[in-house]
Amino acid sequence: MAVGGLALLFYSIANGFGQRGVTAQQFVDFQEGGNPHLGFRRAHAKGFCLAGEFVANGDLTAYSSATLFQPGSTQFVGRISVGGGNPTAPDLAAGVRSLALSIGDRPSVRWQTAMNTPPVMPVRNAHDFYAQMNAFRPDPETGRPNPERIAAFLEAHPETQAAREWQASYTATESYATETYNSINAFYLVKDGRRQAVRWAAVPHAESHGRGFEGDRDDANALQNEFMARLENAPVVFDLVFTLATAADNENDPTVRWPADRQQVVAGQIVIHSASDQSEGLCNGINFDPLVLPRGMAPTQDEILSARSSVYAESYRRRAREHFYQQAPSQPSANEQEKE
Amino acid sequence: MTTVTTYSLAARIIHWAMALLLISLLFAGLAMVQSLEPWHLTLLSLHKSFGVLALVLAVIRLVLRIVQQQPDLPASVPHWQQRIAQLSHFFLYAAMFAMPLSGYLMQSAAGRPVSVFGLFTLPNITSVNMELYGFLREMHGLIAWGLILLVLVHMGAALHHGLIKRDGVLESMTGQPSPEADKPKD
Repeated sequence: MAVGGLALLFYSIANGFGQRGVTAQQFVDFQEGGNPHLGFRRAHAKGFCLAGEFVANGDLTAYSSATLFQPGSTQFVGRISVGGGNPTAPDLAAGVRSLALSIGDRPSVRWQTAMNTPPVMPVRNAHDFYAQMNAFRPDPETGRPNPERIAAFLEAHPETQAAREWQASYTATESYATETYNSINAFYLVKDGRRQAVRWAAVPHAESHGRGFEGDRDDANALQNEFMARLENAPVVFDLVFTLATAADNENDPTVRWPADRQQVVAGQIVIHSASDQSEGLCNGINFDPLVLPRGMAPTQDEILSARSSVYAESYRRRAREHFYQQAPSQPSANEQEKE
Repeated sequence: MTTVTTYSLAARIIHWAMALLLISLLFAGLAMVQSLEPWHLTLLSLHKSFGVLALVLAVIRLVLRIVQQQPDLPASVPHWQQRIAQLSHFFLYAAMFAMPLSGYLMQSAAGRPVSVFGLFTLPNITSVNMELYGFLREMHGLIAWGLILLVLVHMGAALHHGLIKRDGVLESMTGQPSPEADKPKD
């Protein structure tokens, strides 16, 4: 009896007993849509690798004890990607562009950040995010998203307002090098037992001409090629700008933008020196989990943040398994593209 | 050399402590890889810290096992059952080492830190390697299910000895003298 009971408990826990709502596995299953691209990230599958350095100016050392904020340079491996699970998706069709960095080589001092073009999340937790993905899913009958379902979702979730306002005001620029990439979630900078809630953004040095992409729009790798060509002339540079929360800001709520008058501190420059295809670069083996933080930084209780960490881990587990069993193609084939 | 009927106090303490620890680690592992809640991060860091502790305890336990005399199974236990008992104990020990080692190595292959109760961080002993992570991650999961099976068989056998056969085998680990086993032998 006792043994059977324990066996049953092991079995139930392994199958989601006690979990509130959606699990990491269900989330990644949804992203795969029953048709995984073996060996690729389940989200942001399309992208390429970067190498460069973070050059700190020391201004953030007043708030964080992390060594990489002391004046000096730390090497990073990075990745620029677009949203979605298709590794051959056209760059220009994507709604979200991303810049992910893994700064520092030793695990005790490493800092990883996965930044996106939107500055806020539409919802506050993974369960609502899952509901949102379902609401925006194409209707099996029409092949298009169902406007009634979307309207019902948006009405039930007024916290989506800031994200929708941003979406309405945003125009994609002509280059990955002229976008601003946001941490979205807030974190703490920690020093001497004091903590300061912050968000950060990578703000480009190169200015956008504001006319959008003007090259060959039929090229699926249009923006990747543009970026690599740009790097042949000079490094691509971003300022890493930290925004400091005040007591009026809720650092655990990623759906609200902080007012524009919040104090900002430039921690240094992100200098991208080279880029390579993701099948050749170092970035492919990295899970850009935003919760890999050095001493001197700490996570907030933002529920989206912890959910990102779990879902990324499940995606990483699946593609690592496929790489181990050698099910992953070294290059996405033309068939992969046709499947979409 | 006199024969012993119970395990030493040290061996019994480490057995029961590890029983509690390993079952907790197994449950924590199964739950934390599914959860999207903030608590899964706390559980993950506890799982890593206590996993390192479990490896240290496994080393101490193996040393105790080698240097101390072990009580024999009663002669009433058939030879084939004695062999199965030996084998299951061998695999339990193997799993006690394989679980924390595969966990540590897979974190290393993924380039992730293993921080022990926030006191210190273990060094990465492999380079970042997704194929290696893929192998070790699957091993960590498979060995966990192997260990769960072994623990259930082990508990079943111990309870069978303690409640049905009443031959003093369970008492050799609980430390309570078994009335029948203590009977003066003729």
